[in-house]
Amino acid sequence: MILDIITSGLINGSVYALLAIGFSLIFGAARIVNLAHTAFYMVASYCIYYATHKLGVHPFLAMLVAILLVTLIGLICYKLFIDPIREHEAAVLIATIAVAMAMQEIMLLIFTGDFLSVPSLAKGYLNILGVKIAYQQLLTFGAALLILAGVWAVLMKTRLGLAVRSTAQDREVANLMGMNESRVAMVTMGISVGLAAFAGAVVVPLSVVNPHMWMHPLIMMMAVVVLGGLGSLKGSFVGAYILGLAESLVVFLIPMGAFLKGSVALSIMILVLLIRPEGLFGVAFEEER
Amino acid sequence: MKRSRFVVSILLVACLVMAIGMPAYAAKAIKIGVIGPMKFVQGKGHWNGATMAAEEINARGGLWVGKKKMKIELVKLDSNEFLSMTDATNAMELAVTRHKVDFLVGGFRTEAVLAMQDIAMDYKTIFIGCGAAHPELCTRVAKDYKRYKYFFRGTPFNSMYLVKVCFIHLATVGGIMKKVLGIPKIKVAIVGEKAVWVEPMVAVTKKYLPKLGMELVGTWRPSAVATDATAELSAVQRSGAHIVFTIFSSSVGITFARQAGELKVPAAMVGINVEAQKDGFYEATEGMGNYVMTMNTYARGVEANELTLRFVNSYIKRFGEVPTYTADTYSAIIYGLAPTIEEAGTLNADKIVAILENREYAVPSGIVGYMKDDQGRHLHDLKWGPGYLTSLGVQWQDGKLVAVWPNRWKASKEAPEITYKGIVPYKIAPWVIEKYKK
Repeated sequence: MILDIITSGLINGSVYALLAIGFSLIFGAARIVNLAHTAFYMVASYCIYYATHKLGVHPFLAMLVAILLVTLIGLICYKLFIDPIREHEAAVLIATIAVAMAMQEIMLLIFTGDFLSVPSLAKGYLNILGVKIAYQQLLTFGAALLILAGVWAVLMKTRLGLAVRSTAQDREVANLMGMNESRVAMVTMGISVGLAAFAGAVVVPLSVVNPHMWMHPLIMMMAVVVLGGLGSLKGSFVGAYILGLAESLVVFLIPMGAFLKGSVALSIMILVLLIRPEGLFGVAFEEER
Repeated sequence: MKRSRFVVSILLVACLVMAIGMPAYAAKAIKIGVIGPMKFVQGKGHWNGATMAAEEINARGGLWVGKKKMKIELVKLDSNEFLSMTDATNAMELAVTRHKVDFLVGGFRTEAVLAMQDIAMDYKTIFIGCGAAHPELCTRVAKDYKRYKYFFRGTPFNSMYLVKVCFIHLATVGGIMKKVLGIPKIKVAIVGEKAVWVEPMVAVTKKYLPKLGMELVGTWRPSAVATDATAELSAVQRSGAHIVFTIFSSSVGITFARQAGELKVPAAMVGINVEAQKDGFYEATEGMGNYVMTMNTYARGVEANELTLRFVNSYIKRFGEVPTYTADTYSAIIYGLAPTIEEAGTLNADKIVAILENREYAVPSGIVGYMKDDQGRHLHDLKWGPGYLTSLGVQWQDGKLVAVWPNRWKASKEAPEITYKGIVPYKIAPWVIEKYKK
């Protein structure tokens, strides 16, 4: 059973990590709390559904198109709804939740509330010591690790990463040093939304496409980033796996209370915050800034 | 200037006359509020069924109400009850206060229908529930008849009977597995979504399984909208269950079936999976929902009585899919309300209740009769069993939803054998056979 709990926790955690990394990135770099993050994940899922089922496009190609399209939509949303009010954090919160609700209603209008699905990139499963793991789940796990490595490489090894880190440390000084802070924020937003779309593309074959599919992941993603420390990528990664494992533990140890798995994960977050209000990696994050 | 003012005044007066005149025109029609989650399949079923009924009645000129012939006018009310209870109660308030509907049909989630029922009762409006299964909706009628007598259950029969039918399906599939695979004692895992209607079903199942000669190996209660059930599936596999007894009415039914199919979980899925009752289920699970069995009301080519095929075929022709049970708003209006209104000769709710509660009438899924409790009090709940409503057991076989029950079913030793026209044999999934065949 321990192996079941670990594998299931790692898979769940990977899904949350994929979402939380993008969310953390834009918050860390531009102090934007984008509550529409998981709504972009939902839109990407619909794009893939439409491309595969209505246009007959190969799922892999559909994924690529969806990521590009959603990134573009994200950038447009940023320019129209976030950039003009960036200085007012509360207004950004409200604007992004409004964007998310608008996207939900648009999808509801176009696709109705029917539960839809998209094909897996890899069908079948692998049996590891008696635990069956779908290839698509393994793909999600691998993608989470790959994305984290990719984001880390971009931040640490490229000029863009340097600009993002500088802006995150001090926006005004970065501006004085000749960096176009607004442009850096926009590029970061593009990467962040692209990551959300990628998460949607990888995760959605395991799940059900519907206009409300962004809500539960949003809550869990918020819990992950708060637990890990706002803006800390490392924190988001670790937090995601802690909550993923917590959910698995609930399902295996309290089967009658399986529906409580989200609540238990959130309780763990509250517990950690009571002991360490800045989150698990909050201090390191503050020092960086 | 004066001329334009005059024109505006004329227009305003015309609008006023039209506004006053409209209710007078509308009064000639019988207003039926169709309430349900309209952006979801369940609500679409409510609306489609009601539309067919209204069109058929209006095509023959309407209903005789005393000496007047009145047409049916439907009012579409989106309860959005999957997402918001407040939306559901608001829609109900809107129906009775603004639209002033004469009758109501629909409702889906028990949690919402209980609240909507109270509003309908406040305004003494007859409400035929076409979706929620909890017995409480009807025990309220017996306990406080004066207040709740305006409520009738239209579909499905209450969850105690639902579970009874599920037990028959369990016993049937268990028997087949024992015979074909040589399993001495069938182990069952209960997986039911966290919802009010599931509570009594889980409780009864736990008690009843040993009587069926089966062993309960665990109960899992995922969220009704869970997007991942792999942890539950791993746990179910570890438990060694031969049958998973599913109790789902929401999206978790798709997630669970799809992931179980993807992982080739070696257990038969039997029970209720509302999503699996729909034509779109196979596509929604990307074909992984094959061999899932669920209780259902209708299936292509299956005939419970002489009304079934006419309804099912017309529905398929009109809407391109097999009706789900919420489309029984059709029966509620055309076979329930319409003849009762004509018999009463009035739209007076009390007079209609007095007639309807004593009627027994054929509908496409069987015969509707209303129960009384053990003290002889009216429940306005549906009678179940041979000669009344029985429902079907349907299974996905190679991408097609076929009916597999009742197949030579005897309700008791003395009862006659029942097999509906169009029934085919149940099939065990190949990966289950591979796992257990000796």
